[in-house]
Amino acid sequence: MKSPSRNGKIVEVDDLKMYFPVTRGLLRHKVADVKAVDGVSFHIKRGETLGLVGESGSGKTTVGRCIMRLYQPTSGHIIFEGQDISQLSEHQMRPLRSRMSLIFQDPYGSLDPRQSAGSIVGEPLKVFHLANSRQEYRERVEELFRIVGLDPSMMDRVPHEFSGGQRQRIGVARALASNASLLICDEPISALDVSIQAQIINLLEELQERLKRLTYLFIAHDLSVVRHISDRIAVMYLGRIVEVTDRKTLYENPLHPYTKSLLSAVPVADPFLEEKRKRIILKGEIPSPLTPPSGCNFHPRCPMAISKCKKEVPPLRDTGGGHEVSCIRV
Amino acid sequence: MQRTDMTETPLHASEFRRIMKVLFSRGVVVFGIVVILALFVTAIFAPWIAPYDPYKLDLNQTLVQPCKEHLLGTDALGRDTLSRIIFGTRTSLMVGVVAVCIAASVGMTMGLIAGYFGRWVHAIIMRFIDALMAFPVILLALVIAVLLGGGLRNVMIALGIGLLPAYARLMCGQVLSVKENDYFLAGRAMGAGNLRIMFRHVVPNCFPPLIVLITMMMGLTILAEAGLSFLGIGIEPPGAAWGAMVNDGYQYLLTHPILSFAPGFAIMLVVFSFNMVGDGLRDALDPRLRGVL
Repeated sequence: MKSPSRNGKIVEVDDLKMYFPVTRGLLRHKVADVKAVDGVSFHIKRGETLGLVGESGSGKTTVGRCIMRLYQPTSGHIIFEGQDISQLSEHQMRPLRSRMSLIFQDPYGSLDPRQSAGSIVGEPLKVFHLANSRQEYRERVEELFRIVGLDPSMMDRVPHEFSGGQRQRIGVARALASNASLLICDEPISALDVSIQAQIINLLEELQERLKRLTYLFIAHDLSVVRHISDRIAVMYLGRIVEVTDRKTLYENPLHPYTKSLLSAVPVADPFLEEKRKRIILKGEIPSPLTPPSGCNFHPRCPMAISKCKKEVPPLRDTGGGHEVSCIRV
Repeated sequence: MQRTDMTETPLHASEFRRIMKVLFSRGVVVFGIVVILALFVTAIFAPWIAPYDPYKLDLNQTLVQPCKEHLLGTDALGRDTLSRIIFGTRTSLMVGVVAVCIAASVGMTMGLIAGYFGRWVHAIIMRFIDALMAFPVILLALVIAVLLGGGLRNVMIALGIGLLPAYARLMCGQVLSVKENDYFLAGRAMGAGNLRIMFRHVVPNCFPPLIVLITMMMGLTILAEAGLSFLGIGIEPPGAAWGAMVNDGYQYLLTHPILSFAPGFAIMLVVFSFNMVGDGLRDALDPRLRGVL
C-alpha cells in the first residue's frame, strides 16, 4: 500500500546540522569538526515511507539518530508530531520515546546476548509501564511475537539461539512494543542474507498495512530495496540531501548528477538491457567530512561541474511537484 | 523473564556446560578447585581438625622436630605447627575473601560509574585510580595499615583499597566496550533509565573477565596478607597467620627449617591453586578459544 499523506507531517527536519568535534591533546581542545550532517531539511508525512539513501559516510545514520535524539544536534530543528524536540532534555524526551523506535542494522549486536527474547521484546512495555499485570505483559509479548511471525513458545530462548532473520524479527517486535508511530529503520536488511531480506521487507510492508499510520524512515544503500518499499526517496551525499522526490520520479527522471550516477550503477535483470546500460562512473572517492569541498560538495566528482559550483552552496529547490534538487546546473 | 541482574549467573545453560567441561578437563584446574574447597572446609572446621589447641603453650615441648605426636613439630613456645597452620587458614581466607569483596565492590562500582557516564566523571574517577595505582600494592597497604593501626580488620581494609584499582580499570574498560554495542543504544532509544541500562544490560555483559580477575586476585590477596603479617602488620601476636609464622620461624631456619617452610608451602599451594583456577576460567570464558578447547 503506497498511500499519500493523510494527516500531514509527522516529522519535519529543518536545517539540521550535526558536527562531531575532533579533540586533541591533554586539554581536549577542539581542532576540527566532522560535519556528519551539514544542513539537512526534509519532512516525512504520516503513514508514508521515506527512503534515505547514500553511500557509507554520507550521514544517513546520523540523521536517523538525531531524530531519535540519541545525539544532540549542533543546530537546526526537528519537529516531531508538532513539537520541536531538538533542544529537549533527556528527561523531557522520555515520554516521546514511546512514539518512535529504532530498528538496527546488525541483528547480532542490537540484542542483549544475556536477555531472553521475551524480555528483549517486553522491555519497552516495562519502561513505559504499558502492562498492568504480569498476565497482561505476557499476553502482549506473545502477541508481538505473533505479529512479527515468531512462535511465542520461543520467548525464553536467548538471542544466539535464533537465526539472523529471526533476530531481526525480534528487533522489529521490540520496536513495535511501545506502539510507536515512527519507525526509523537503519539499514535493517543489509546485514541479512538475500533470501531473508525479502522476508523482512515484506514484514515491514505488512505491518504498515495492518497498523495504519505507521511511518517509516527507511535508511539504506540498496537502491532496489529502497525503490520497492519507499513512497518518497531522499538522496544524501556527504552530509547533505541532494535530491528528494517521489519514488517514481526519482527512478524515471533523476535530475541531480549524483543520483544519475547512483542509478546507473543498479544492474538490470534483463541481459540485453544490461548490456546496453550506460554507467556513469564517478572519479575519486567520497571526500572526508572533516574537510568537505567548498561550494557544492559534489563538485570534485561531478561530470557537469562548472567553476561556479566551487563557490556556491546550491540550495535544495523545488523544480515542481515536490521534486527538490540541490544543483545549480539543473 | 524475571531475571535479577548480577546475582544469577548471566551465562546461558549450554554455554555454562561448555565452560564446566573445559574447566574440568584440565588436571591442574581440578587440583586447584579441590585444594580451594579443602581449604574452605579446613577453615570452617578448624577446631575439629586441628590436633592441638594452636594457642596453648607447652614450654616442655619447645622446638620439637617433626614426630608422631607433632607431625610438623612445635615452635619456640611449644605450640603445634600443624594446628597453627590449620587455624592460619581462617586468617588467610577471611582476609582474602573480605579484601577481595571490598576491592571488587568498590572498584567495580567506581569503574561502572566512570565508564557509563564518561566525560568529566570518568576523568575524575580514573585519575584518582591512576594515583592509587602509582603505588605498589604492598606499600600502599602498609601505609594504610599503619595509618589505621594494625589488626586484621584494618589489614583487610588496607588490602581492599590497595587492590581496588585493578577492578575499577577492568570494569571501566568493559563498560566502555559494552557501550559500543547496539543493544546499549537500543536501551537509550527506548528511553530506559540509566539504572535499568546499567544493571540490566551493562553489568551482566561485563562479568566474565571480572570473574577471572576475582579468582586470580584471591591468590594475590592472600599472598599480600602473608607479606603484611610477615612484616608484623596484621593479626595480633597470639593469633595464627601464615606470614607471621614464616617470620617467627625464620630465626630457627638452620636448625628447624620446617617452622618456616610449612606455612610457606601452604601459602604457595593456595596462591598456586587460585592462579590455576583463574587461568582455567580465563581460557574457558574466552570466546576466541571457543571450539579450540
